[in-house]
Amino acid sequence: MNVAVAIDDEVPHEAAPSTSEAGPAPKRIVVGFGFWVFLLSDIVMFASLFAAYAVLAQATAGGPSGLQLFNQVSVAIETACLLASSYTCGLMSLAISVRRYATVYLGALITFVLGAAFLALEVREFAGMIAIGAGPQRSAFLSAFFTLVGCHGLHVTAGLAWLVVMMAQVAIKGFQAAVERRLLCFSLFWHALDIVWVWLFTVVYLMGVVS
Amino acid sequence: MTDTQYDRAPGDASALPDVERGTSSGVLVYTIGLALAVVLTAMSFWVANTSLLWAGGIALGLTVLAIAQMGVHLVFFLHVTTGPDNTNNVMALAFGVLIVTLVVVGSLLIMADLNDNMMPTAEIMNPHMQH
Repeated sequence: MNVAVAIDDEVPHEAAPSTSEAGPAPKRIVVGFGFWVFLLSDIVMFASLFAAYAVLAQATAGGPSGLQLFNQVSVAIETACLLASSYTCGLMSLAISVRRYATVYLGALITFVLGAAFLALEVREFAGMIAIGAGPQRSAFLSAFFTLVGCHGLHVTAGLAWLVVMMAQVAIKGFQAAVERRLLCFSLFWHALDIVWVWLFTVVYLMGVVS
Repeated sequence: MTDTQYDRAPGDASALPDVERGTSSGVLVYTIGLALAVVLTAMSFWVANTSLLWAGGIALGLTVLAIAQMGVHLVFFLHVTTGPDNTNNVMALAFGVLIVTLVVVGSLLIMADLNDNMMPTAEIMNPHMQH
């Protein structure tokens, strides 16, 4: 900045320096933005699975349709679990910013339990469908259904494992900058999964029951 | 030099002074988001099950409710704003939305068009017989 003042001292320099003069952004911003871009690419992958499902939704090959298979009560409970876990995940990030260990652990525990309840309901639904012969090999509709919903379920499973690892890191390493960045990425991931689920219950379950 | 305007990391809440961070105002933002999301979800389930609405418009209504709920999640949970420190996050998001729209709408249009132009045999005329 002193160099700039020497060259051009007519311009008042109360303004903050531009970002290009100030050097690279803090690592939290770089990491957060990079993970944001990854999440968007992940959502593009989900979009292709959604497109495949939407194209094949009527191709039941004489097998059961969504209207016969989907249980709306179970879907409503799954939705409530995931939404509530997104909320507790948000409260956990607030507790992280003020370094409250007990609240962070409590938030993580509730988030984990709700996520696990969601997964248990989904596995039970899948098992019930496979048991009555409506597995992924039955029709193009069911192949697309299991791929799309199963892919979201795998993401939730990965998120739960990630949450356990993060709590171990908080317990062992404390709130180091690196741990905080990973927790930021985790909460982004968890909220993004909830957004995918909004589209899932709308497009797959509710529209499937309507048509 | 300390007040350089960097971008804000996605997911970081903005503009709250340090004293307020993590206290009641942050909780309030998440709680408002949760309440709005619950209302929109309940409306989605109601719209799908009611017989009061014109059946042809239900899919469109559900889509609008899902877009609204996505907006609620982005604003209240992911703290995406229109502020200058969020421009890069919003631009990346807009690009993602563009690709998603192209993939989904493009696939549906192309496949519907292909189905329309198929030679009308008895088997193909019945969409339930596709493998």
